Amino acid sequence: MQPFTTHTGTAAPLRRSAVDTDQIIPAEYLKRITRSGFEDGLFVAWRTNEPDFVLNRSEYADASVLVAGPDFGTGSSREHAVWALLDGGFRVVISSRFADIFKNNSTKAGLLTVVLPQPEVEALWAAAEADPATQVTVNLQLRQVTYGDTTVPFEIDDYTRWRLLEGLDDIGLTERHLTDIEDYEARRPAWLPEALPALPA
Amino acid sequence: MPKTLAEKVYDAHVVRSAAGEPDLLYIDLHLVHEVTSPQAFDGLRAAGRPVRHPELTMATEDHNVPTLDILKPIADPVSRAQVEALRRNAAEFGIRLAPMGDRDQGIVHVIGPQLGLTQPGMTIVCGDSHTSTHGAFGALAFGIGTSEVEHVLATQTLPQYRPKQMAVTVDGELPEGVSAKDVILAVIAQIGTNGAAGHVIEYRGSAIEALSMEARMTICNMSIEAGARAGLIAPDQTTFDFLQGRPHAPQGADWDAAVEYWKTLRTDEGAVFDTEVVLDAASLTPFVTWGTNPGQGLPIAESVPDPAAIADGDERRAAEQALAYMGLTPGTPLREIEVDTVFLGSCTNGRIEDLRVAAELLRGKKIDANTRMLVVPGSVGVKTQAEAEGLDQVFTEAGAEWRGAGCSMCLGMNPDQLEPGERSASTSNRNFQGRQGKGGRTHLVSPSVAAATALTGKLTAPADLDRSELAGV
Repeated sequence: MQPFTTHTGTAAPLRRSAVDTDQIIPAEYLKRITRSGFEDGLFVAWRTNEPDFVLNRSEYADASVLVAGPDFGTGSSREHAVWALLDGGFRVVISSRFADIFKNNSTKAGLLTVVLPQPEVEALWAAAEADPATQVTVNLQLRQVTYGDTTVPFEIDDYTRWRLLEGLDDIGLTERHLTDIEDYEARRPAWLPEALPALPA
Repeated sequence: MPKTLAEKVYDAHVVRSAAGEPDLLYIDLHLVHEVTSPQAFDGLRAAGRPVRHPELTMATEDHNVPTLDILKPIADPVSRAQVEALRRNAAEFGIRLAPMGDRDQGIVHVIGPQLGLTQPGMTIVCGDSHTSTHGAFGALAFGIGTSEVEHVLATQTLPQYRPKQMAVTVDGELPEGVSAKDVILAVIAQIGTNGAAGHVIEYRGSAIEALSMEARMTICNMSIEAGARAGLIAPDQTTFDFLQGRPHAPQGADWDAAVEYWKTLRTDEGAVFDTEVVLDAASLTPFVTWGTNPGQGLPIAESVPDPAAIADGDERRAAEQALAYMGLTPGTPLREIEVDTVFLGSCTNGRIEDLRVAAELLRGKKIDANTRMLVVPGSVGVKTQAEAEGLDQVFTEAGAEWRGAGCSMCLGMNPDQLEPGERSASTSNRNFQGRQGKGGRTHLVSPSVAAATALTGKLTAPADLDRSELAGV
């Protein structure tokens, strides 16, 4: 995973709530077996059907900070939604509320999700709409979002922050606790089911 | 200290706990399908890691599979490549796979319970948000992303943060024609699509206890549509009766030991829930959605809402966008909405009981001439059972299409899709824009509403069908 320390870029104001992962990337793009190249599916229905959609506007074409309405990333657990945002050039998504699985998937792939109170989201929308060239800095080290004269702190737990700053692989971290896993396995009841071998109905 | 059911299951699976770090949770069963696993297997290969416990892993083909010509190669080359990748990965890593044509094939959340692999008190994960289905057995079951799929394959564990606890209590008796689907749609409408974020929901109360396992699965299945990590129901005699004798259920002395443990899986007196929601079963009626998320639903007797009357700016904007997409006018009675397609199936409502309910309403009658109805059993096992009961005949004689097992039109990764502008009444779980096909418009309904709607061509509750129609005269 690519480490995340601080990022500066322009922001795209996505004034929609409850953006589900089917909108971020529809199911037909999930048939691929690769882990990259999902940018063509990113918000593809809105990009196709709505000429005024924010990402269709040239002034937001290079945005790397997505500022969305509440409840971003609901629905399907598809991590492809995170990959599509990363492949589409985004490093940060800001919203007042995220769906759990999306948020969790983001931390595994190096996309930073920042929770800000809705009034702060509204203020950032206004700033990005007044001047699309507004530079937004998201500093994970300092846990703050800065643009113009405004600095807004955000909360993120220490452990997730450390993993993102270091770009650490979860599996590697877990493998340090192999003895604990083996001890647990020795305690599991014998009657718990196994899928192998296949048994007759 | 008194604990909730979910806390008991969680605590029993903590491998390691340290201050300032997520807990490491052991995973008893990992279900795998073709869509969210190929990149995870690639990751294992790249790192030279094996699957730690192939015997605790079960794979099936469900999302991409066609429901016609199921014994032929898949026509869509991209779908075919994905299914073939799963076959290669299962063979290489020694994982059991139920491929197309196999007697155990089906939607991942239908086959786990069917095989008896889903049992009370287990932790179950799958790269699929509807894994919450398995919570119906008192298991802690939740959806994960592909990175986590790789993590579970490699270590049989997951780093997790302790979830908050929510109780949804439904007391009383459900009126005739009101089902588990109506209960869960009413819950989601009440708390919103992300209202249970960070929580595990325990469904309790006399109305829940009275439900069959199939109905309990329908309710737990849609926990994710309220934003919950998982949803579960305390196991009881209904649960044990469902499980006993299934291929992978414990037998003999093991069965007795298991049941003894399972009986302890109840929320303790005095356990504290962070959030409580209460519904009166007797007040519920058939529920349908009008919008583009599962929280935008109403009793079928109501009309399409007027966004102008919604005080909250954010909800108003969402309602306006939803109605524009759905092509609906505020004030239109929901019962006057005409549908083109009825879809009966999915991990929400593709089990035998769902098919029986719908078949009873259709028996001896013809569906509306302008409406097509797709009936897609959730698994080969469900299909076989339905055919043994003659339900396939009932459906085909009524004019519906009887298909092979899979996810099908729930998400249209196979050829079963809506055309742009086409409107469906669907027993699936998501009415998101484009979910069932580009430009498709979805109304979520119960199996009995689906069947009644197929007969009239408009959103219809079973009670709306007149007596002569019900008698098949």
